[in-house]
Amino acid sequence: MATIPQAAVPGFLRRPTATQGFVGWVTTIDHKKIGALYGVTAFIFFILGGVEALLIRLQLAQPNLDVLTADRYNQLFTMHGTTMVFLVVMPMSSAFMNFLLPLQIGARDVAFPRLNALSYWVFLFGGLFLYSSLFFGGAPNQGWYGYAPLTTKLYTPGHGVDFWALSLQMLGIASLASSFNFIVTALNMRAPGMTLLRMPVFSWMTIVVSFLLITAVPPISVALFEVSFDRFFGTNFFNVAKGGDPILWQHLFWLFGHPEVYILILPAMGIVSEILPAMSGKPLFGYAVVVFSGVAIGFMGWGVWAHHMFVVGLGPAANAAFATSTMLIAVPTGVKIFNWIGTMWGGQLRFAAPAKFAIGFVAMFIIGGLSGVTHAVAPADTQQNDTYYIIAHFHYVLFGGAIFGLFGGIYYWWPKFTGKMLNEGIGTLHFWLLLIGFNLTFGPMHVVGLNGQLRRTFTYAEGTGWDTWNLVETIGAFVIAVAVLAFIYNVIITMRSRVRAPHDPWDARTLEWLTASPPPEHNFDEIPVVHARDEFWHRKYSEDESGRAVPRPDYQPQTAAVVQHAHGSGHGIHMPSPSYFPLVTALGLPIMASGLMMKDSYGYAGWGTIAVGAVVLLTGIYGWCLEPVAEE
Amino acid sequence: MSTRHEQAAPEVHQEHAHPGPRTYVEIAVALAVLTTLEVILSYINVNDFARGLGIMICMTLKFALVVMWFMHLRFDNRLFTVMFVGGLTLAVAVFIAVLSIQRAIFA
Amino acid sequence: MAVHTTTGGHEATTSTGLDNRKLFMWLFLGSDCLFFGSLIATYLMYRGRDEALGKPGPHPAEVFDIPYTSASSFILLMSSLTMVLALSAIQRGDVRRLRIWLLATSLLGLTFLGGQAYEFTAFVHEGLTLRTNLFGSSFFVLTGFHGAHVAVGVLMLLSITVLASQGRIRQQDSMTVELAGLYWHFVDIVWILIFALIYLLP
Ligand SMILES: [Cu+2]
Repeated sequence: MATIPQAAVPGFLRRPTATQGFVGWVTTIDHKKIGALYGVTAFIFFILGGVEALLIRLQLAQPNLDVLTADRYNQLFTMHGTTMVFLVVMPMSSAFMNFLLPLQIGARDVAFPRLNALSYWVFLFGGLFLYSSLFFGGAPNQGWYGYAPLTTKLYTPGHGVDFWALSLQMLGIASLASSFNFIVTALNMRAPGMTLLRMPVFSWMTIVVSFLLITAVPPISVALFEVSFDRFFGTNFFNVAKGGDPILWQHLFWLFGHPEVYILILPAMGIVSEILPAMSGKPLFGYAVVVFSGVAIGFMGWGVWAHHMFVVGLGPAANAAFATSTMLIAVPTGVKIFNWIGTMWGGQLRFAAPAKFAIGFVAMFIIGGLSGVTHAVAPADTQQNDTYYIIAHFHYVLFGGAIFGLFGGIYYWWPKFTGKMLNEGIGTLHFWLLLIGFNLTFGPMHVVGLNGQLRRTFTYAEGTGWDTWNLVETIGAFVIAVAVLAFIYNVIITMRSRVRAPHDPWDARTLEWLTASPPPEHNFDEIPVVHARDEFWHRKYSEDESGRAVPRPDYQPQTAAVVQHAHGSGHGIHMPSPSYFPLVTALGLPIMASGLMMKDSYGYAGWGTIAVGAVVLLTGIYGWCLEPVAEE
Repeated sequence: MSTRHEQAAPEVHQEHAHPGPRTYVEIAVALAVLTTLEVILSYINVNDFARGLGIMICMTLKFALVVMWFMHLRFDNRLFTVMFVGGLTLAVAVFIAVLSIQRAIFA
Repeated sequence: MAVHTTTGGHEATTSTGLDNRKLFMWLFLGSDCLFFGSLIATYLMYRGRDEALGKPGPHPAEVFDIPYTSASSFILLMSSLTMVLALSAIQRGDVRRLRIWLLATSLLGLTFLGGQAYEFTAFVHEGLTLRTNLFGSSFFVLTGFHGAHVAVGVLMLLSITVLASQGRIRQQDSMTVELAGLYWHFVDIVWILIFALIYLLP
């Protein structure tokens, strides 16, 4: 990677050359470093969202507590929901996609490395922008799906909703950019022989999720523009006095919101589909079925949005249609569950931490899926709507599902990311505490929900019969907190340890394990030629007549490669150079958004700030387009 | 799926037979005629349904002409068509559903 | 098996044989269908509601000037022709014609934008603003976003024109022009929809 300093170019516009240190990180376009940035940032937001949840649980531990005011409570549940969906599960999944997709398909990087960096910075600024609302008159307090007309200036006069809408707009841009990037990468950057049906399931789910994002983000983007125009420029989209229709928001939001559910869960399903075969010592049972049911879920996910609107009164025809489509979508989901069980069946299952989390995922997701089918039934849903039963359902899917899957992925790929193994004992403790805490917290919510406890209500009366269950839920929430602390402790002691992970700790099957851990900047010294699905496994084993795996005598683990890289092999491979411009471009957006919020109180200063933001944005874009991809 | 793309690959590398400037001018004339027809339709006094249908047909034809000829989708790899028509079909289907649900409620 | 990525570098060909940037552009356009779909659906959902609810006008029938908008629609349609001629010029390696046609396209685009600015001003004079009624809100936001797309397109075309006059767009760089062209035609087809669905349909 020889780069020649451009003496002619002045000051800050000079092409960055550092690959280490602060400048190295802010200008990086290496998909692995960007993945790491996504992961660390998402984990910090996970802690913030978790603390918000603990405060909510403290307030609800007993009837009539006043740990929090009603308004603070509203802010906390809004921030908790928005954080966990947009700033934790999505970017954490994105961390895995960034890191793994090029490695799994045998590529040196994504198709557009600088665009990838832009996605991260826009995501980071979007998240920081949302949280900066705490210092400017309070966080948004209208709930994570921001129903109109509650989001109009009449009902929420502060800046909270402004922060929320503009921040989600930025997060949408980040998701769009990375999704275009991942689709092009997966279609166009595959190694020789890596046909689509040889791609690992996680890569497949990355494609499906990316397609869902590029189609689902535009409707919410328009909805957010409409609500922002109502607030900033006085349009009437959701102004009931002028005939504005709150149902418009619900349609546009859930057109995004339901595909979003699959955007959150499919990456975790992909992760589990990688972990279970490796840990069972067997290929994935029914690979093609798993892939196609994933694709089917993606398609069908577009035809069910109005099941979130059963209580609106869309009429019996619409309700019946959406109830039916919702029940049907359980079919491909159920198919996947059978495939995972079939994978474990008859395998030599090793119960290491990744397997524990993956199995936990399958079990908890079944519970969440079943309660989901109960609210596909429109009449039942009118009873369950807005109660804790719904909260229980989607936490079983998004926490018991997505978060368990993601933790499983962290344990499984940690040696790939860092070259070290997370501690197995603490991992086991982490898993059991998390499983117990999770079920204590969200299990009882089924009961109190069916008994009528409403979500988004900051307290409840004595004598409802909910007290004990709520106390149990609060205790459970703190058990989850302890579990997460155990995980953090595990990470710290692992980082301090000097013990290197074995090259192939899980007897893995896919290409990312072919190269060194952590992989060199250019991923593979030589792009592998792929001959089979589970290419890496086939390089290690052949099969005898009875189909049993026999280690190949000629297989050499590539530990030598690690040493080689340390001495700078991979010369002659041209990787794209680092760049400041993704960061500069991304910086323009929060500046413009702040200007928009200042314009009502500060007039010209606000418009001036918008102009400054636009100039920064354009500087970034033009600098980007005019600089070559790589310095020669 | 994969095999189809890979088989399709070589032909993309050759300069595919792009229509020449003459064809483009002809398309533009067709677009102009269709636009005129649209505008005339919007003025004449027939029943609303027939007029609406006529305008929609002109609109669809114009749309298809630009996409297929000016954007070369007719001559280009099928994958591009899948990407674009996929998004388009989804948008049309979903918003027809939204509008018919809303029309039913509002009426 | 066709040609494949062998290095991350320049001589790389892709798994599908298709250009990365072109694939990106078509994906973006597919996604943008949903964006304009949402805006158009909003307009259609609110169409006629001001009248039905007895809200004050102006209503569409009172402000739309069909001959005027037909003229500006025609201008945008013709800019698609000049755009495709620009692409065809650079594919033959004719940089001079490329610059002429790009400039023509940009000017037609700017004329369209000027026409839109004039139309908006005229509507404001007749008492229709973003705040007046549902029609005002949904009309201005839909056509405004379309206009913003046109403006971005003009900026792109002018930038390419400048690059071309510096000799930085050569025959082998025709993909840059092709991508800008795809975007430009897309903006045009969105206007085809808007013109028919919003202006002409009763
Ligand atoms: Cu849903």
